[in-house]
Amino acid sequence: MMNNTMNMNNIPKEKFKLVNEGQRLSDKKFDDKPVGYFKDAWIRFRKNKGSIVAAIIILIIILFSIFAPMIISNHPNTFMDVYYAKKPSRDLTLQKIGMSEGTVTRTFSGPGLIRAIGIGVAAEDRDGSGQVTVGEGLRSYFQPIKKVGPLTMITEIKGAKPKSIYSNCTIETYLEVGFLYKSLEQAEYKRIVDWQNETGLQILYPLVENNEYNLDPLDANYWYKTKKGTPVSTASGKAKTVELSDDLVLEDNYKRDAQGNPVYFEYIGGGDHATAQYKVRILYYNYYRYLNGFEPEYIFGTDSQGYDMAVRLAGGLRLSLLLAIIVSAVNLTIGAMYGAVEGYYGGWVDLILERISDILVDVPFIVVATLFQLHLSAKVGVIPSLIFAFVLTGWIGMASRTRTQFYRFKGQEYVLAARTLGAKDSRIIWKHIFPNALGTIITGSVLIIPGTINSESMLSYLGIVKLGSATQTSLGTLLSDAANIWTNYPHLLGYPAIALSLLMICFNLFGNGLRDAFNPSLRGVEE
Amino acid sequence: MTKYIIKRLLLMIFTFFVIMTMCFLLIRLLPRELPQDKNLQAVITARFEALGYNKPLLVQYWIYLKNIFTKGDFGTSWYIQFRAPAFEVLTSRLLPTVLVNLYSFILSVPLGILFGIYAAIKKNKWQDQVISTSVMVFVSVPSYVYAFLVQYIFYFKLNWLPLTVYSLADAGGSWWTKKMFISMILPILALSFSQIAGLTRFTRAELTETLTSDYMLLARTKGLTRAQATSRHALKNAMVPILPMIIGTFIGILGGSMIIEQIFAIPGVGQLYIKSINLFDYDVFMVDSIFYTFIGLLAGILVDISYGFIDPRIRMGSKK
Repeated sequence: MMNNTMNMNNIPKEKFKLVNEGQRLSDKKFDDKPVGYFKDAWIRFRKNKGSIVAAIIILIIILFSIFAPMIISNHPNTFMDVYYAKKPSRDLTLQKIGMSEGTVTRTFSGPGLIRAIGIGVAAEDRDGSGQVTVGEGLRSYFQPIKKVGPLTMITEIKGAKPKSIYSNCTIETYLEVGFLYKSLEQAEYKRIVDWQNETGLQILYPLVENNEYNLDPLDANYWYKTKKGTPVSTASGKAKTVELSDDLVLEDNYKRDAQGNPVYFEYIGGGDHATAQYKVRILYYNYYRYLNGFEPEYIFGTDSQGYDMAVRLAGGLRLSLLLAIIVSAVNLTIGAMYGAVEGYYGGWVDLILERISDILVDVPFIVVATLFQLHLSAKVGVIPSLIFAFVLTGWIGMASRTRTQFYRFKGQEYVLAARTLGAKDSRIIWKHIFPNALGTIITGSVLIIPGTINSESMLSYLGIVKLGSATQTSLGTLLSDAANIWTNYPHLLGYPAIALSLLMICFNLFGNGLRDAFNPSLRGVEE
Repeated sequence: MTKYIIKRLLLMIFTFFVIMTMCFLLIRLLPRELPQDKNLQAVITARFEALGYNKPLLVQYWIYLKNIFTKGDFGTSWYIQFRAPAFEVLTSRLLPTVLVNLYSFILSVPLGILFGIYAAIKKNKWQDQVISTSVMVFVSVPSYVYAFLVQYIFYFKLNWLPLTVYSLADAGGSWWTKKMFISMILPILALSFSQIAGLTRFTRAELTETLTSDYMLLARTKGLTRAQATSRHALKNAMVPILPMIIGTFIGILGGSMIIEQIFAIPGVGQLYIKSINLFDYDVFMVDSIFYTFIGLLAGILVDISYGFIDPRIRMGSKK
């Protein structure tokens, strides 16, 4: 030990050598690229999982709003069908795995259940012989009742007569429409007959006699003989109530000619051959196929007027997004310019401009939006006047943000250097200071979007802005259309509400992620 | 401070005057709708003539201002409440709006602050994650979506509460009955979700900032426990921006939420606003617009002044 130390102290001079001998000493060149402002922000943004997910969802929503009408719906923009309004989701492919069957569960009274089952029975009875049993009808493709719940005698239901039979059944709402009376021109009638022969699908069914056994002459689904709503048999000469069973053949009430053949049409007016009007009884499901060439399929169901919900939803989303982006872009432009001038020049310019924005910022938005709608919508259209209302006060936040950034940067050395070199004001503003403020400005303009979407849907919900038309709708309009009837048709409200909420959440998350990425010091703090 | 308040008040009066003028001119320029009834038409036309509606706009405005200052007359309602003074129509709707919003305020302020404090103390732990995530969701989702949600749960599924707020007659002729309160629970809930979430987020942000500041370290070094330091130092400082925000919200309850009033059929000022537009009752529309402007201005000025009172360091009140 001791020896060692001794040796260490007496190392001969020759043994020493310079570390860098023979090498040139100079700064190393960086192997990787310098990280700029935006790359830095991107690296931080990438780490924020929530924002990435939000950005992806926003992208999906945007793609949905553009392509949904073409891909997942075979209906053009203005396609509507009043008989298939407010229907739930129905898709033939998804039906096979038990989804999107277009069914709802509903409580039926005895007579109501028989009427619904009767649709399937009558649809099977193509030649009007009246020989189809209830069991056969229940297995029919056109049978709206998919599952009959246990028949119970309930007296607790409000307004129910004692000893009434009730049952919770699953019913296919598209087939539930069943039969309708319709007047057709003769030419159309012939085309339908041709189509029937070609496809083997029946549209035209026998007309029903308007007699004492017909409960409702306007409802084409009462094709069997009834008394007080319950089906009867008149075989014995007197009306006798029948018991429902699988083998039961409901006694038809078809209109028959002298030979006993069922009558399929009735001449109700019009002139010569082509324009003669026929009254007919049609099975609407097949009539729809005849008109459109496909079976009714609506992945999101239909809205309160009978438009395809997917198309309407995509339209509403498109409108909301487009409006929000336009408003955001206009606000960005005006606000950035205003704020830049304020912040750069300062002094009395700033004072005057600040007072103007002080006054504007206090104008209640709802009042502005209303007045603009009342004054301008007739002249320039609903959407432009809505945009004006958003822009009138919307740019102020952006302006004040830009102004703050300008105050921060305008006194810095590099600005002074630029000015010394003879740069003009506009060059200093846009080339030297503005890029520094860009992060804040971008963040601000993204965060304007959810606010705009929310206000837009609120205004159209309240009816202050009227955006609903045959080709266009907005999420707020869809919601307000559903407002009074959604209790029976929850999907009318559900889809727009979910879409809206999702959009709002994602844009807020995305905006916050951007803010954290651009200004890490502001993380978690509200601006 | 006094000088600052006076300055702010003067600015507020000026702003109010400018906005009121703009509203007046824009509303008077709208085409007047006359009712179908011939007698009523004659009465209203005669009355319009007498009120000077056919004179130049500035003269009309002069008359309008004169009536407000000398008689407190803000015009007349012709459709909503026939021939009732517009101002009275407005004030009669104030109570239901204020009540619903006040209940919601009382519910959401303590809850919001408590959640916020809890999240800040448990920062970056799972409790904080849960609270922050749900706050994000609750802040983003519009209040009327909650309205439908609570209606669905508490009316259709559970059938515990009525769908809409009872009318006065149904609830026994008073806004203060128990029955009325029960029917108000759903709108109160619908309003509270986003308020609680907003306040939670704000409190959490402010408190986390103060919790990491130097004086907290000093307090701990002095020997205070974490709880003591938090309640005596951090919380006090965090309250500086929170209190003015609460004051702003409190003033805001006068205005209420139009959409919630529409959904729950609350006969308040928001519903009155929609009604006055749909029925072309312009005097009521005018007074309602002025009312909203006034509330906004009042909230702004009180927030700024309270900043000054709570924390003398912030005398300029530039924080908005």
